[in-house]
Amino acid sequence: MRIHLLSLIFLLASQSVWAVAKIEHWQTPQGSRVYYVQTEGLPMVDIQVAFDAGSARDGDQFGLSALTSALLDSGAGQWNADDIAQRFESVGAQFGTGVSNDMASVSLRTLTDKLLFDKALETMRGILTNPSFNEADFQREKSRTLAGLKQQEESPGDLADIAFYKALYGDHPYGHPSSGTIITVSGFETANLRSFYQKYYVAANAIVVIVGDLSRKQAELTAETLVSGLQAGTKPDVLPEVVMPVKAGKQHIEFPSSQTHVLVGMPGSYRKDPDYFTLYVGNHILGGGGLVSKLFDEVREKRGLAYSARSSFAPMFRPGPFTVSLQTRNDQTGQALDVLNLTLADFINQGPTEAELLAAKKNITGGFAMRFDTNKELASYVSMIGFYDMPLDYLDTFRQNVEQVTVASIKDAFKRRVNPQLMQTITVGASVSSSEK
Amino acid sequence: MNNRLLYAALLWLPMFASHADTKVSEHVLGNGLKVLVKEDHRSPVVVSQVWYKVGSSYEPGGITGISHMLEHMMFKGTDKHPAGEFSRIVAENGGDENAFTGTDYTAYFQTMEASRLAVSFELEADRMRNLHLLAEELKKELEVVTEERRMRTDDNPQAKMQEHFMALAHTNSPYKNPVIGWPSDIANYKVEDLQAWYQRWYAPNNATLVVAGDVEPKAVFALAEKYFAPLKPSEIKAVKPQDEVEQLGVRKMTVKLPAKLPYLIMGYKVPTLKTAEHEWEAYALEVLAGVLDGGSSARLSSGLVRGKQLAVSAGASYSLASRLSGLFTLDATPAAGKNVWDLEAALKNEITNLQIKLVDTVELQRIKAQVLAAAVYERDSNFYQAMQLGMLETVGLGWQKADDYVTKVNKVTAEQVRDVARKYLLEDKLSVAYLEPLPINESASEPNTQKGAK
Repeated sequence: MRIHLLSLIFLLASQSVWAVAKIEHWQTPQGSRVYYVQTEGLPMVDIQVAFDAGSARDGDQFGLSALTSALLDSGAGQWNADDIAQRFESVGAQFGTGVSNDMASVSLRTLTDKLLFDKALETMRGILTNPSFNEADFQREKSRTLAGLKQQEESPGDLADIAFYKALYGDHPYGHPSSGTIITVSGFETANLRSFYQKYYVAANAIVVIVGDLSRKQAELTAETLVSGLQAGTKPDVLPEVVMPVKAGKQHIEFPSSQTHVLVGMPGSYRKDPDYFTLYVGNHILGGGGLVSKLFDEVREKRGLAYSARSSFAPMFRPGPFTVSLQTRNDQTGQALDVLNLTLADFINQGPTEAELLAAKKNITGGFAMRFDTNKELASYVSMIGFYDMPLDYLDTFRQNVEQVTVASIKDAFKRRVNPQLMQTITVGASVSSSEK
Repeated sequence: MNNRLLYAALLWLPMFASHADTKVSEHVLGNGLKVLVKEDHRSPVVVSQVWYKVGSSYEPGGITGISHMLEHMMFKGTDKHPAGEFSRIVAENGGDENAFTGTDYTAYFQTMEASRLAVSFELEADRMRNLHLLAEELKKELEVVTEERRMRTDDNPQAKMQEHFMALAHTNSPYKNPVIGWPSDIANYKVEDLQAWYQRWYAPNNATLVVAGDVEPKAVFALAEKYFAPLKPSEIKAVKPQDEVEQLGVRKMTVKLPAKLPYLIMGYKVPTLKTAEHEWEAYALEVLAGVLDGGSSARLSSGLVRGKQLAVSAGASYSLASRLSGLFTLDATPAAGKNVWDLEAALKNEITNLQIKLVDTVELQRIKAQVLAAAVYERDSNFYQAMQLGMLETVGLGWQKADDYVTKVNKVTAEQVRDVARKYLLEDKLSVAYLEPLPINESASEPNTQKGAK
């Protein structure tokens, strides 16, 4: 029986040799860093150009990074928005722009057939190097952004997120929402976008990520094509340090929803954090592991208090938030919050058991290959590695870094880094008056 | 740039791509379980999905949402594996897992390193026939599902409006009910209800096992025989057809909810690939959806969002692969200073244009170009490919339809697009819903703060 099973397992695992993706890296003459992985089997490529130009670069013009990004593909050189969309879509290419707190990026997924590829690439180059920022397009995108901001006000989840970042980061560049506020966005003019673009969309501030079926030579040419038309520019100053909250805080926002959204947390871990893997593995046990975690078990499996109960570290250039979250029926918010806080406090005080740690390691290392088994996921890892200037062997050493984590190191790291005395608690929902019940 | 040349390059491409393609392999066990395998050796991983032919459209009144409730209970243990162990074993084997329920299917999946496939088979085979349905587990999980409903629907104005819209648009079709179920049905499920539903639908001869990834079909079939072949089949009684009665005129509704933006949904009664009089009609409707909403160059973005600036967003959608006839829907949010009636008129105008004027060649080719390219991009994801096969098989179309999708779309002519617009996108077959925003609690803008952080 057992022998039979073993032979089956042998048959199942195919002969193909598999190695962690090899990232090649170089710099263009203009000073942009390029990260390239060749993948074969599908005639397609994912390309991304990313800038240190996320919402943390907004200054006091909250939402400027996002609106600048949103306007990029609405006009470039001779082309208007329709021309650009038609150029991409006639060759089946998919183009997008986006911002996070740290990063602004433009990305392209295209077929690699030369005729199709060249047209898509030429269009992307135009968008990057020669965006128009026309007044009419600007007014339209601005009012679409304002509509989106208005819509956030009907979402208790969005309101909770906004309040949470404000509570954690105050006036730090991470403290405001990427999409801005109605007041700030209303005040923008095209000149603001132009100068944001001129300052940040420059070669020295750009990385290029190429993952797909292109040769090294084609990749070099592609990177060159994309960034050679950018101004050389300079890298912006590094973002200021995050100032930790000085004491715990609580904020309730009254909202006529059936559930209360609960967020608890504080500034957590950053990309080059020496504690990162320890915190990551620890959090996997606490509330990061999908359908298996302490929070999921305590809040959902044992008590049925919520559909989703989880925790996460979101490492950024500076410490991104450590977040514990759940949503629950308004009248049981207090109970759910108690369970959440107790589970967290227990974990900080006692850490995980050896068995829990072993199970978490098995899950993380056993599922390692699934983290980047598509070009899309691989490209997003390569982009992270490139953008944050992480070691090129980040993926090769990933499992080793996870294996090195111990119960003691988790206890130690959580004690130092997750302090219940500094936790910020946000609740958004309807407070239940005693008469209701 | 020469468009014809570009299009020729595109046409040639999937043929080249499919040259290296591995076909789908099929094997049916003695108990009726159909096993489909799609090889992809780019990464040492595998996705395994079990699809049951049951979903919300199978449910009678009073127990709507029970397929979804049962999906949750499928994680609550068997004789061999007590509650919670299923997920623990999958996790310890490096796996990712979950499940999803739709109108026409309930599906469970694990993604794992390829050598662990047996772990997934052992667990799925076990819970296909040996599930424990316990009252105390149901009591807790009922609360979980109720919270899920609050989060997805009750506190989301557009989702809630969509729920009301579906109930308006359908008279007797089970598509009128939400997949998650109506609140009072959810509150009143009993263990016996779930037991009966499980007995009725969960059997190897009502399921499809789809495996995609770094595996050899023969080995997968052998493994499937080992774990699933011992399971007994059931006598599956076909679900009643519940064909929707003919709609006899336009239907309109207003939904008033605390919200910030108005919203519009319109839906025309249309057939699907399964129910269309001629197969090409479904593909023509698919292309028509592309003409309106196939990217940023399509008519809704180009004409309504950018050109006339009537909408901040607008979309069109059609589900080709549903078990029963459904809807061709349009939805939109008006731009500042515009209203839902402006949008309704503009969207109807787009439909009229499609009925009187042929889509020009370049535009049609652009829609097809995106379909051709997407067929290549989709192959980046095993999960997506497995999902396509599972869904087509489960709604009764057969997985082979996945293979001729691109060819069939490519054959659609401008005349056919016009003809389906004329035949199906008719005022008398239309339902319209308007979201009328009510003010949100005034105090929402004034948070009650106990300041701590700076």
